[in-house]
Order: sequence, then structure tokens, then C-alpha cells
Amino acid sequence: MRFTVERRLQQPRWLVVAVPLASVLFGFVVAAVVLLATGHDPVTSYRQLFDAAFVSTGSLDQTLIAATPLAFTGLAAAVAFRMRIFNIGAEGQLYMGSITGAAAGLYLGGRGSASPWVIAAMIVAGCAGGAAWASIAGALRAFFGTSEILTSLMLNYVAGYILTYLIFQSESYWRQTKGFNATVFPTGKPLPSNAVWPAWTLHTQGGIALPLGAGLAAVAAVLLWVLYRRTRFGFEVQVLGDSVGAARYAGVRTRRKILSVMAISGAIAGLGGASQVGDFSHSLDGDPNGLQRQGYGYAGIVVAALARYNPFAVVLVAFLIGGLDNAGNSLQGADFPSGRVGVIQGIILFSTLGGELLVRHRVRIARTPQAPAPEPAS
Amino acid sequence: MATAPAIELRGITKRFPGVVANADVDFEAAPGEVHALLGENGAGKSTLSHIMSGLYRPDEGEIRLHGAPVVFHSPRDAIDAGVCMVHQHFRLVDRFTVAENLILGDRRGVGTHFRIEPGAVVDQVRRLGERYRLPVDPRARIWQLSVGERQRVEILKALYEEAKVLILDEPTAVLTPDEADTLFETLREIVQDGRTVIFISHKLNEVKAVSDRVTVLRGGRVVATVATSEASSQSLASLMVGRELDTVQRRRTDAGEGEAVLSVEGLSAESHRATTILEDIELTVRTGEIVAIAGVAGNGQRELAEAIAGLRQRTRGTVRVAGRPLRNGDARSAFRAGLGYVPEDRLGTGVAPNLPLSMNIELKSYREDSLGPFLRLGRMRERAEEAIRAYDIKAAGPHVEAATLSGGNIQKVVLAREFAGNLKALIAASPTRGLDVSAVETVHRHLCDAADRGVGILLISEDLDEILALADRVLVMYEGRLSPVGNRDDIDEIAVLMAGGQREE
Repeated sequence: MRFTVERRLQQPRWLVVAVPLASVLFGFVVAAVVLLATGHDPVTSYRQLFDAAFVSTGSLDQTLIAATPLAFTGLAAAVAFRMRIFNIGAEGQLYMGSITGAAAGLYLGGRGSASPWVIAAMIVAGCAGGAAWASIAGALRAFFGTSEILTSLMLNYVAGYILTYLIFQSESYWRQTKGFNATVFPTGKPLPSNAVWPAWTLHTQGGIALPLGAGLAAVAAVLLWVLYRRTRFGFEVQVLGDSVGAARYAGVRTRRKILSVMAISGAIAGLGGASQVGDFSHSLDGDPNGLQRQGYGYAGIVVAALARYNPFAVVLVAFLIGGLDNAGNSLQGADFPSGRVGVIQGIILFSTLGGELLVRHRVRIARTPQAPAPEPAS
Repeated sequence: MATAPAIELRGITKRFPGVVANADVDFEAAPGEVHALLGENGAGKSTLSHIMSGLYRPDEGEIRLHGAPVVFHSPRDAIDAGVCMVHQHFRLVDRFTVAENLILGDRRGVGTHFRIEPGAVVDQVRRLGERYRLPVDPRARIWQLSVGERQRVEILKALYEEAKVLILDEPTAVLTPDEADTLFETLREIVQDGRTVIFISHKLNEVKAVSDRVTVLRGGRVVATVATSEASSQSLASLMVGRELDTVQRRRTDAGEGEAVLSVEGLSAESHRATTILEDIELTVRTGEIVAIAGVAGNGQRELAEAIAGLRQRTRGTVRVAGRPLRNGDARSAFRAGLGYVPEDRLGTGVAPNLPLSMNIELKSYREDSLGPFLRLGRMRERAEEAIRAYDIKAAGPHVEAATLSGGNIQKVVLAREFAGNLKALIAASPTRGLDVSAVETVHRHLCDAADRGVGILLISEDLDEILALADRVLVMYEGRLSPVGNRDDIDEIAVLMAGGQREE
């Protein structure tokens, strides 16, 4: 018996949907074996997991909190990767967006309830901060051909140090310097009340708070889809992503396109940073064990890959992964070690990424090499 | 022939996903003969040669050497059994010397020692070179050699490995006509002492010139095996294509004083390594005229096409299309002025391979057709459908990815796009390279029709037959300079200029 892996001549559309779904299912089955082998009941474990992620009171709130930044960094990665510009720097761009977004909120904010102007300024500032940071790597790539993979990755560390410096090692504008707590542990200055982003409460099962950031991520997904599928800019970027030679031949200004794609990618990640401040932390989080420990930027790459760089799928995948993350956190305890969620998560991711092979290839099992004999093709 | 064939194939079948590359092929070549394997692209010549040289294993069938069945698990097995292949793309290590390259992979002689002494083979290489008219310096490094010399090294390597059967895959594609003639003499020498040469080609005149027998392949099957002396070019051509072929022969007129649609003055440009590769090029193409640039690849033809089309910065000089000067290094200004460009690199420059046909057909006009920043997808699809019909492109529809099409159909996509709009001049760089005979015919016909409509065409080609069939005027490119040919039908003069010789006044 012989296995051969062949490239598919045609990729049926249904496979693009069916394969990831089957892979997730397969992942759960494999994880169930692992759970059984370690003496756990997989059915109970999965029920607990699902409850904690999506069903029990407040669980969806927590899931959305975990999913929102993943949606932003996932979109940031998807936009760039799809065009074969490998922006690994969503992490750092998110930090920079949180710094500039917080600056706008602290500077413009005041008393009272949420002000659309202040919040709009924070959104713009967050986008600008992320875009500017990404443009460093973008410009190096466009003008000197430096690998954006390396530069954007390195800039993540720089951005992390800047973030920590602003809160821990300096008396910067962002740091809370007044009050008793400030002398005990350094923290960011809290946002004025009208700079705190609102959340919509959906009145189902005790109310779910939908953060503004989650809505913005969904809007960003739609805009990106329109930009890439329906506009001249998108056309040019698609050609460039497929073949640099063809793009130059078609008269596409390749440098400008590389710069723009990096900037757009960075802007989305930066918006995620602003959303962290405006939606959740309400102050700049410079703690090396806080925001910087989450690794949203890197997780976003995985989200984008699972979503096959489709913006709508990114939002969906971010929601699911956010659910798993949240379940892992809330179940953590004596009878549900966090490692168990990690194992399940890992197996699912692994099988989903591995399943990709089946979209493009098919596996043929043949005892003796035999095939239908079509007309000899020329 | 009384003796057993040097190599014999019986019932060889090889399948690839969706394709049968070889179907029940019988083939044999005798010791002391040059046996040509003739066929269009995709006829299965390469697959068959890969089977003979151990790169592929046949799904069915048997290989025999001198009557004894053999199974090759790898090219190494084939080489050990005396079957060597000279590939179209050479497999030499650039930084090694000729001698070192010969030792590489040698499992009999000096190559088996722990300490390698290339010096030991130098004399042997020299003797082989003299014996078979393959002069090359054994101590030279490969990167210092010309393409023709590299090919000699490949052949020497096969002889050094004591090949009994030598397979050459389209060996003349990279040679000047003179170099090709020398190669043919070498091949005759090689078979003199009982070796076998299998010569793969789709060029009829070469097959006629060098071979003793011809086996014609079509659609993966053997159509006929004939003695070369008893076959005419016409009969071979129709065997190869499977029908009578009318080659395009252009009815030529001297355009003389027509309007200059493309004029190039004093153009110089640099290669990627920042060395001057084009120097002071002067060139005019008039309306309705086909001007051909002949030459061996790598003498600056590609750079010339790019410099004119705005894909490469000119260091000096001007280019005008219908009197309008083009901005340096601006492809968009070139095609807006009415300059079309059929690039040599079809699948990577000519089309974006993984994008649908509709996008590829609108690759240059999407801006004009869009509504502000938004594309008109409906119109793009209509245009693509129109082009698919008008140019008879074999594709399931406008959504199909370009790379899934055959070479000939991809070229039709390129032509459909370039011919759309207000075309005044066209650069066609190797427009038929790698296409099969029927696709060549189609492309030639489109070029001729365009010229008849008044488009001025600059045809850059290495194929002399193509140039002789189409061109009104011929220029030869050698080391970045252009020399005009006095008489467009004088092959000898073209050949001399291609090899860098001076024109005889």
C-alpha cells in the first residue's frame, strides 16, 4: 500500500469551509483521547469549557474582552500577510497605539459622559501611532529591501521598553503621580470619564456588554474587505501580492503599495491598542507582566492563518479563540489546571493548520498504482 | 541492425495527476546512431528522457540496455549503467573549476579518494576535449565560461562518466547557429565509436541536420519512427502536429517612409549589477513594420525591452511613441502612450499567475475603467468574457486562475490585453518561446494582423526561423550593441553578427 500526496488540480469551494470545520472536530477528538488517557472525562471537560466560554453568566463579556484585541491583531496580520508582506510587528504597533490613544484621551478628555469627539480623537491617534510605528519597517523594506519580518519583530521589543519606560522608569505624562497608590506601585494616569469608551448592553441572558472596540473591529473587517475586493488600491495590492514582476509591468508603484499596506496593517493594530486603553484598562498599561504578557500581536498571526486571511473569518476565529482563552482563565483551579485548556487549544490549532494541506492536496491510497486512463493530454 | 539496441523502451507508460505523459511508448536507439526525439511541447519528450535517465520511474513498461532489462531507481543508477543526460538547464557548480565539476559525483576514479586532486584529471579532460572537438580549459571556473562552453562541460562530464547513451534535451536552445553546427560535428564524433546520442528537439531543420533516425511523439504516444534521409521536413511537421501545417509567411512590404511609431535615441542602461549592458541604442520602428532583433539570449535583449517599456531606468537616451516622449522608468506612461509589451517572462510578468483571467485582462486598463477609487467588476468580467471569445482562449471562464492555462493560452491572454485600446507600437519579446507549433502559428498570425492594422512591432527573438518568416528588417544584438543586417534573408550575415563578428562591407 502506498500513500501519495498530490496537488489538487481544482480546489472545490466547499473544501475551503469543510476542511477547517472537520479539522476542528478532529482536534477535539484527539484532545478527547488525551483527556481520557490522563483520567479525565472529555464530555464533562468540554461542557465545562463551553459553559465558561459562551454560556454562563458574564462569560460572553469576558470572551469579548479576550477576543477584541485578537480581532484587531488578526486583521492587521491578515491584511499584510495576504499581500505577502510579513508584518510580525502587530504586537509593538498595538503598544504604540495604546500610548498615542491614551495620550489623546488624557489630553482632550474631561468630565462627563463619553464624548464622541474625544473618542474619535483617540481612535485616530491610536491608528496613527500604530501606522507610524509600522511605517519604520515599511520604509526600510520599500527603500532598502530590508526584511520586514526582522525589523518589525525587533521593533516589538523597542515598543515594549518604551511602554514600560513611560510608566515605570519616568515621570511621564502617562503616569499617575498623585495619590498614595502611585508611590506604592507605578500605574498609568486614569482616563478622564468622557474618554472612556462606551459599551452597548445587549439584553439577553442578564445582559452582555459589547465593547466599542469589538464593533470597530467588525467595521474594520468590512472596510478591509471592500478595500481589497472592490477598489483600485486593492487590485494593485492583489497583483503585487501575487507577482512583483506583473505589478511593475502593470505600472503599479510598488514602493508606495508596500508603505501603504504596512501603514494600514499598523493602523489596525494601533486601533487595537487604543481600544485596550479606552475599552478595558482605562489607563496606559506599562506593566511588563500586564499587556505585554498577553502576546496579542503574535496570537493575531495564528488567528489570521486560521482564517486564511479572510477578514470576516478573522473576526469569527478571534471570537472562538477568545472564548477558549477566557474559559482557560476562568476554569483555572484545583480541578481544572490551566495546562489542560492549553493542551486542548494546542491540539485544535495544530490540527487546523495541518488540515490546510488537504485544501490544496489530496491523499491517494493505492495498493498498486492504478488510475483511470483518460485521453493522453498534450 | 544486427546488434541489440543500446537502449530500448517497451510499453512505457507514465501518468501524472490528470495527465498521461507517455502512453505505451516503444522506442529504441542503436549503437553508433544519433536518434532524434521530435515532438511539440507537451508531447512527452521530456518525460520520456527523464525515464531513460532515471529521474522518473515508469508506471508500466520496461527499459533494456543492450538487451538486458534494467530498473533505474535514481539518475545515479542510470549514470552507472552508462546513460547520461545533458539537461537544458545545466547542472554545474558555478564556483568550481571544470575539472572539479567532472570529479563531482565520480564514483570510479579520483573522486573516490578522500583527498581530491583535480589536477589528476586535467590531462584526461584535455585529451577528451581534443578527441571530440570540445575545447575547454579544465582549470577554468564555470562562471567564467560562456553558455556554449558550459554545455561542452556537460557533454565532457558525460563522456568522462563513460556514457554509452547520451541524451541531450534541446541542446541548441542556448547556442548561436555556428555553435550549433560545431555541436552537431561533436555529436557525429561521439557516435563514431559506438556510442548512442538521443537528441531531443522540436526544431525540424536541426533534426534533419544531425540525426540518423527520428522518432516522432504526439500526445504522449509514438507516431512514427523513420530514417531521417527518407523524411521531408513537411512530412515530419505534419506527423508532429497531426495535420497539415500552414506556416505563417508574411507578405512583406518595405514600410520605407511611414510614420515612426517607436523611436529610440542614444539609449543606455545598466544591468542589475550596475554595469552598462546597453550602449547607445538607436532604433526606429515605422507604422505597419515588423523589426526583428536577433541574437543569443543574454546580450541585452531583455534589458532593451524593459528600458523601452519603462520597467528599467535608462541612464541615457530618449524613447518616443508616435512622437511622444516617454518618462524614464514609468511603465504606465509607456502603455498610456500606446506602447504594448509582450514580455519574455510570460508567467510572472505577463500575467499574475494566481489571479483570475478577468484581472489579468484588465491588468493595465483597470484604472481607466474604474469609478473613482472603485472597480467596476461587472465590466471587468464582461471584458474578460469578450476576450476569451475573441481570442479563442481555452478557459472555463473569467474566474479561472491564469497559471492553470497552457502556455499558448496564457500568451493569448497577454495579446488580448495588449491589443486592446489604442495600440501604436508593440514590443514582443520571445513571444513564441516554449509554445507548440499550433500556438506559434496563432501568435504569428496575431502579430501579422496587428502590423497590417498599422501597429509597429519590435520583435525580439532568438528563433531565426521566426525572424525570417516575419521581419521586414533585422538587427542583431551582441553585447549590448545593435548592428543592422543589410539583407534580411542573409542567414550567414546574421549568424556572423550573432557571434560577435563584424559586418563585411
